[in-house]
Amino acid sequence: MDTDYKYEPKNGLTRWLDSRLPLMRFTSEHVLQFPTPKNLNYFWTFGFILTMCLVTQIITGIILAMHYAPSTLLAFDSVEHIMRNVNYGWLIRYIHSNGASMFFLAVFIHMFRGLYYGSYKEPREVIWILGCIIYLLMIVTAFMGYVLPWGQMSFWGATVIINLVGTLPLIGESLTQMLLGGFAVDNPTLNRFFSLHYLLPFIIFGVVLLHIWALHVPGNNNPVGLSVQGKQDTVAFHPYYTVKDFFAYTVFLLLFCYFIFYNPNALGHADNYIEADAMVTPAHIVPEWYLLPFYAILRAVPDKLAGVLLMFGAIAVLFFLPWLDTAKVRSGRYRPVFRYFYVLFVIDCLILGYLGAQVPEGIYLFLSRVTTIYYFAFFLLVLPILGRIEKMKPMPIGISNSELSRDMVAAE
Amino acid sequence: MLQLIKIKSLILISSVFFVLSNQAYSAGGTTYDLIKPGFSFEGPTGTFDRAQLRRGYQVYREVCASCHSMKQLSFRNLNQKGGPEYTEDDVKLFASDYTVIDGFDDYGDPVERTRILSDRFPNPYDSKEAAKASNNGAYPPDLSLITKARSGGYNYIYSLLQGYGKEIPEGVEISDTLSYNPWFPGNGIAMYQPLYEESVEYEDGTFASIEQMSADVTAFLAWSAEPEMEERKRLGFIVMSFLLIFVLLMFFTTTRLWRDVH
Repeated sequence: MDTDYKYEPKNGLTRWLDSRLPLMRFTSEHVLQFPTPKNLNYFWTFGFILTMCLVTQIITGIILAMHYAPSTLLAFDSVEHIMRNVNYGWLIRYIHSNGASMFFLAVFIHMFRGLYYGSYKEPREVIWILGCIIYLLMIVTAFMGYVLPWGQMSFWGATVIINLVGTLPLIGESLTQMLLGGFAVDNPTLNRFFSLHYLLPFIIFGVVLLHIWALHVPGNNNPVGLSVQGKQDTVAFHPYYTVKDFFAYTVFLLLFCYFIFYNPNALGHADNYIEADAMVTPAHIVPEWYLLPFYAILRAVPDKLAGVLLMFGAIAVLFFLPWLDTAKVRSGRYRPVFRYFYVLFVIDCLILGYLGAQVPEGIYLFLSRVTTIYYFAFFLLVLPILGRIEKMKPMPIGISNSELSRDMVAAE
Repeated sequence: MLQLIKIKSLILISSVFFVLSNQAYSAGGTTYDLIKPGFSFEGPTGTFDRAQLRRGYQVYREVCASCHSMKQLSFRNLNQKGGPEYTEDDVKLFASDYTVIDGFDDYGDPVERTRILSDRFPNPYDSKEAAKASNNGAYPPDLSLITKARSGGYNYIYSLLQGYGKEIPEGVEISDTLSYNPWFPGNGIAMYQPLYEESVEYEDGTFASIEQMSADVTAFLAWSAEPEMEERKRLGFIVMSFLLIFVLLMFFTTTRLWRDVH
């Protein structure tokens, strides 16, 4: 985005630095003075909230790693050592374990916002794809992190998921053995999961930087979905959005702290407080809540391989979203029919999440098939077709000008 | 539209809770509702009843400990703030009832000494195999985390302890080595009825009914699973109070700042 604002070094030192490392210029132009649409609503605060989530996870994770022992003989007890003997260890661990849930809650809202306001559409396709990569990395990281406490759900969750990889033709078997470091979930598995769980957040951090970089080329989308036409449409990022984002973050923190201090195990599974035992299978193996929709899709089909492909497909389809949605109008505000399909899609995802926690039998199995079909139909049928035939509502001329656009009124 | 989105996000958040709360109760696999006596440590400001924790420890030491380990606990924990808060001398006395092998002497012989504050609770069995052999092949689980490790939590433990001596309903088959207990998944539990009236003689003179002992030992187990609970709630109150004020300040700052942007 072209900015009218240009950084001017004010004294000798900053002039000297600016010609060698333009750090002040970068900060000034891309953080402090960055022109941001003035009409962003609170759904746009989740980018900042997510950055804070990532930083929180990394800081608490590094401290946990100082006390954690990645060995099948020690892992479970070392987590309890953190909970009982390390100063404020319980706090750090509860922040980290609930932080993962809050991270996913925020990312879901962030993604549903992008979906509603068409934030993935030209020219923001790359931002969206980088976001999908971050989401995928988050899933992998969270899955590996859940294995580390070495409870029953850690062990059996890992066993189930890694077995799924084994159903893939050709690469399945060797990939499984590479993940396991052997033939079953055991010490080598735990060791490499710990190593990767420590590595991946930094890769996520790198992709987040790319995500923000890509964002700063066209600038933010906004609820109206129109491009910024001039200075009258924007405000400086600081203080307007630094303050607004931080306000939203404090509200988010209230919910986060409720879980940490008053209900720290509500989002986990009781079985994970039982040490892993390869000889005892839990009655129900369920993943963490944020993976339940995908788990429901996996179990909706009788064939294992088809289930695995559908589950991966449910994430893969997101990458193609910019080209599947054929509507030129970005914001769902001006798409009267899309709105209904969108609300239905949100409800569909929630039901899938609910079904992921149930035993796939009878009505639950039937419902999971219906909701799985709609999940894919939304992307593969609704969005491509609807964009061509939907009659859009009249749109304003610009972000600051609520007067309706002439040609849109004419189109009505 | 904004209104609609706000409602949707509320639905999203509330459904998450719905799924979770549902999950917690679906795994139990029993048709009986849990007995919920209402413990002192429930709720955002609830704290443990010291006298109850001490009675609970007595029940554990005199009854449960003959089969169940509590390997995450050290004797010093009994003296810790937020727990039974026994005096250091009391705890030293408890610990000295047990011995531990602590390294080897100069001749390579194991050195046995009495336990001290920093030692863990003793394990009633030398190995998992020995534990199984003494209990018809069933392994008595470690109790350190038991209230966190069962869906239904401490209410489940409380109910289970009182689930003995009930008439077996028609159509339910329980093998000879198991006891019928309506709250145990599958209803056949390897643990025999552990508590009988006056199984222990309380030091504080409380009458040891099955209900009383169940509540006391459950409270003790709830503490051992979450020894940080009181500190957590206390710190939570401070953090939440601060946040509430801070949120208000941030709200006023934001509205003041954005007032002139149109």
